[in-house]
Amino acid sequence: MSGAADRPLTTDESDAMPLIFEKSRAGRRGLAIPNPGLPVPAVPAHLARKSAPRLPELAEPEVVRHFTKLSTRNFGIDSGFYPLGSCTMKYNPRVNERLVGLPGFRDIHPLAEDESVQGALELEWNLQEILRAVTGLDAVSLQPAAGSQGELTGLLVMKAYFESKGEGAQRRKIVIPDTAHGTNPASVAMTGFELTPVKTDARGNIDIEDLRGKVDENTAGLMLTNPSTLGLFDENISEIREIFRAVGALMYYDGANLNAVVGISRPGDMGFDVVHINLHKTFSQPHGGGGPGGGPIAVRDILEPFLPAPTVVRDGEAFRLEHDRPQSIGRVRGYSGPFGVFVRSYAFMRAWGPALREMSEVAVLNANYMRVRLQGAYDLPYDRLCMHEFVLSARNLKKEYGITATDVAKRLMDFGYHPPTVYFPLVVPEALMIEPTESEAKETLDAFCDVMLEIAREAADDPEVLKTAPHFRPVTRLDEVRAAKEPIVRFGFGS
Amino acid sequence: MSFLSLTDADREAMLAAIGVSSIAELFRDIPADVRYAGPLDVLPALSEAELTRHMEELAAKNVVDEVTFLGAGVYDHYVSAVVDSVLQRGEFLTAYTPYQPEMSQGVLQAIFEYQTVICELTGMDVSNASGYDGQTVAADACFVARAATGRSKIVVTEATNPQVRETLVTYARGFGMEVVVVPHEGGVTDPARVREAAEDAAIVIFQQPNFFGCLEAAPDLAAAAKDAGALACAHVDLISLGVLEAPGNYGCDLAIGEGQSAGNYVSYGGPHYGFLAASSEHIRRLPGRIVGQTVDQTGKRGFVLTLQTREQHIRREKATSNITTNQTLLALAGLVHLSLLGPQGLRETGEACMALAGYAKEQLAARGIEPLFPEQTTFKEFAVKLGRDARDAVRSARATGLNPGLPLGRVYPGYDDALLIAVTEKRTVADIDRLVEVLAA
Repeated sequence: MSGAADRPLTTDESDAMPLIFEKSRAGRRGLAIPNPGLPVPAVPAHLARKSAPRLPELAEPEVVRHFTKLSTRNFGIDSGFYPLGSCTMKYNPRVNERLVGLPGFRDIHPLAEDESVQGALELEWNLQEILRAVTGLDAVSLQPAAGSQGELTGLLVMKAYFESKGEGAQRRKIVIPDTAHGTNPASVAMTGFELTPVKTDARGNIDIEDLRGKVDENTAGLMLTNPSTLGLFDENISEIREIFRAVGALMYYDGANLNAVVGISRPGDMGFDVVHINLHKTFSQPHGGGGPGGGPIAVRDILEPFLPAPTVVRDGEAFRLEHDRPQSIGRVRGYSGPFGVFVRSYAFMRAWGPALREMSEVAVLNANYMRVRLQGAYDLPYDRLCMHEFVLSARNLKKEYGITATDVAKRLMDFGYHPPTVYFPLVVPEALMIEPTESEAKETLDAFCDVMLEIAREAADDPEVLKTAPHFRPVTRLDEVRAAKEPIVRFGFGS
Repeated sequence: MSFLSLTDADREAMLAAIGVSSIAELFRDIPADVRYAGPLDVLPALSEAELTRHMEELAAKNVVDEVTFLGAGVYDHYVSAVVDSVLQRGEFLTAYTPYQPEMSQGVLQAIFEYQTVICELTGMDVSNASGYDGQTVAADACFVARAATGRSKIVVTEATNPQVRETLVTYARGFGMEVVVVPHEGGVTDPARVREAAEDAAIVIFQQPNFFGCLEAAPDLAAAAKDAGALACAHVDLISLGVLEAPGNYGCDLAIGEGQSAGNYVSYGGPHYGFLAASSEHIRRLPGRIVGQTVDQTGKRGFVLTLQTREQHIRREKATSNITTNQTLLALAGLVHLSLLGPQGLRETGEACMALAGYAKEQLAARGIEPLFPEQTTFKEFAVKLGRDARDAVRSARATGLNPGLPLGRVYPGYDDALLIAVTEKRTVADIDRLVEVLAA
């Protein structure tokens, strides 16, 4: 016992954690496979595996410990405040995890006949109805696997629409503001459109004069996040709508920031023709360390014929998948979409009901409260009421003390917070993008703001403590340049 | 609302601090003509108990209490309780993409281990952190191939999962690529026809075992692709790779597939994970996240998202894909599952499937139900000729609580009397005897 009390409880936090392959010992195993006691047919020699893959060999208890240990070196919304701007890190209700595990959901096969999965189809149909109400649009495809695939799907739908009108060759340009997520221009490139960038004005809205000069009869449409990645609602949205309507172009709504406006302003009413909804943001599908997500799209009636197949339709009391859609762009992924994501998001929507509006109201209240507490200590490049998030700049700290947004982010870890999104959007230098969501208590917001103010003071008084942060994580700052220069992307097994 | 902490007093204090008099005033930047006046027209709110009852009622409308031989790309393999338990760790479940590595070493190391496992299974050098599913990774592979070869033709075998082919056609329209399908002959693909079609092609995609469950002459298909200067891409089932050769060991440039069979429930088609692995020369063309090993300031090993200059948040329209959110949690399930299996368990799983499928094939033949492609070797799935409409056969079998498989005519016109039967290690000899009785009846 001697000395044990003096040692920190998690000594191994300060040591490098072994890889599961380094814990492997030949002959151990973690799962027994039923042996049917039948002869195994031979595989032709030239098609048979010659040397066994070096999978780890561990007994079950060690597998459980390995992954439990890894989990303690991670941080989720369950662990604490996670104000990662643009990602909407909100509470994920535990009941949803129980519901998604119901055998009636978990064990149904995607190619089962419609009559044996009526409950699943009813759930999907109900989800579509809620998404129609939230977006103010007419028809929904649940298929896209994530927001970026929703973008790709929506752009292909727009393309098919113009082709059906004989304008496919003419409508080449998609207008995107400089504040957009990188997915927008990447999706434009992947769907064969051309990118037309447009500037942001001093209030954080699209620069209308710049826009006017860039929209013409060769424009297929606009892609806009509203509120923008600056957390600001574009005050000129009606004027923007008229500019695109006047030339017969369409408008695409990147729903990444929908958490600001559910029940308050509908993209369909803003003039948008296609919307993707990030179910893992606004509707609480857990982010899973980087997925799964869900990126359904909703469209105006003129675009419905082009939606991916299959779609979920209702005939009286029965539901079915409709595959026969002659003008459809086709399939963008397997089956009818990520069903487990639908179960969780639908459950989340049903827990709120029409009070989803209050969800957005509180998200916006929380963000504005933090904004007023932090502006002053940090630069606020766009001094307006924000929506569900806001963007600060550490440029004042950089200029005066050489402290960057990265330093602030790393120091926040010392206080047990996940940092905000940094260096995005690109139009703000040393950006710190903060999104509290509706989930947080005022005490949490206050405690975080107190720490942010303390860090700003430290920048002046003790900049070294910021530059060397984090101090209490399993690793200190990692050499990302080295990782990219000589990539090691798999274990080498000692070779 | 039990998900909200703010009290009325909190709200008043916060509004006062902001300097507005009401919540409504926070939204004054939204022009009046785009504000939504009405109450949200959605189904009413439910308490947790009511929600549970409602969801249980929906779940009860789905049929699950049957013995199933339905596969066709999504398979009823066993998932260990350990997988469920690890995935419910809140630190994994409720985290996001590890942009801040010091805060995320757990998931970064797990992805690094996942990448290693995928490389080991496929015999490739590099793997990304996952794609959406087995369909979209095929499109991702084409994007890599276009960049690598400067060519725009996609060749895919007809015996590749129809949903993969359909997804390719959709994506190809956006990529400005064309899709050419090489028909099967007797359940497998002739390498000579692949060589012919592969002229000027960027990529040749084939499935091993193919959609009919048959083993292709995979090394010859890969060689045909390479001979034409196209990338060879095998779409494989992870569960088969304990007994079947790894694509990297027969010359493939890319190996892709649906990861569901390793560690994910069937779950009505998702969420699952797609995997994409490549030879090292394509590392900078890969889509999606990649985790790399590095050191911290004290020289200690650590992991980071790496080669990010490929990605959309840096490269924007010049990125290798638009992917951000992928399928990390499902890939983690795959890693846990494969770690439990180890090389021995993986091999035994493959052998159990083959043994049971072989038994089923034999017993069916003994009752006059012959394989559709009698010449071919199969893995865990095979097609049979029923001599009657397979849809009818499925209907009558299901009335007895047994789902015998996929009527092949649903996806391959002209095969209306054929049934595709999948046998996983979860089935028993007794289950198969029942299948035989039901189909032979």
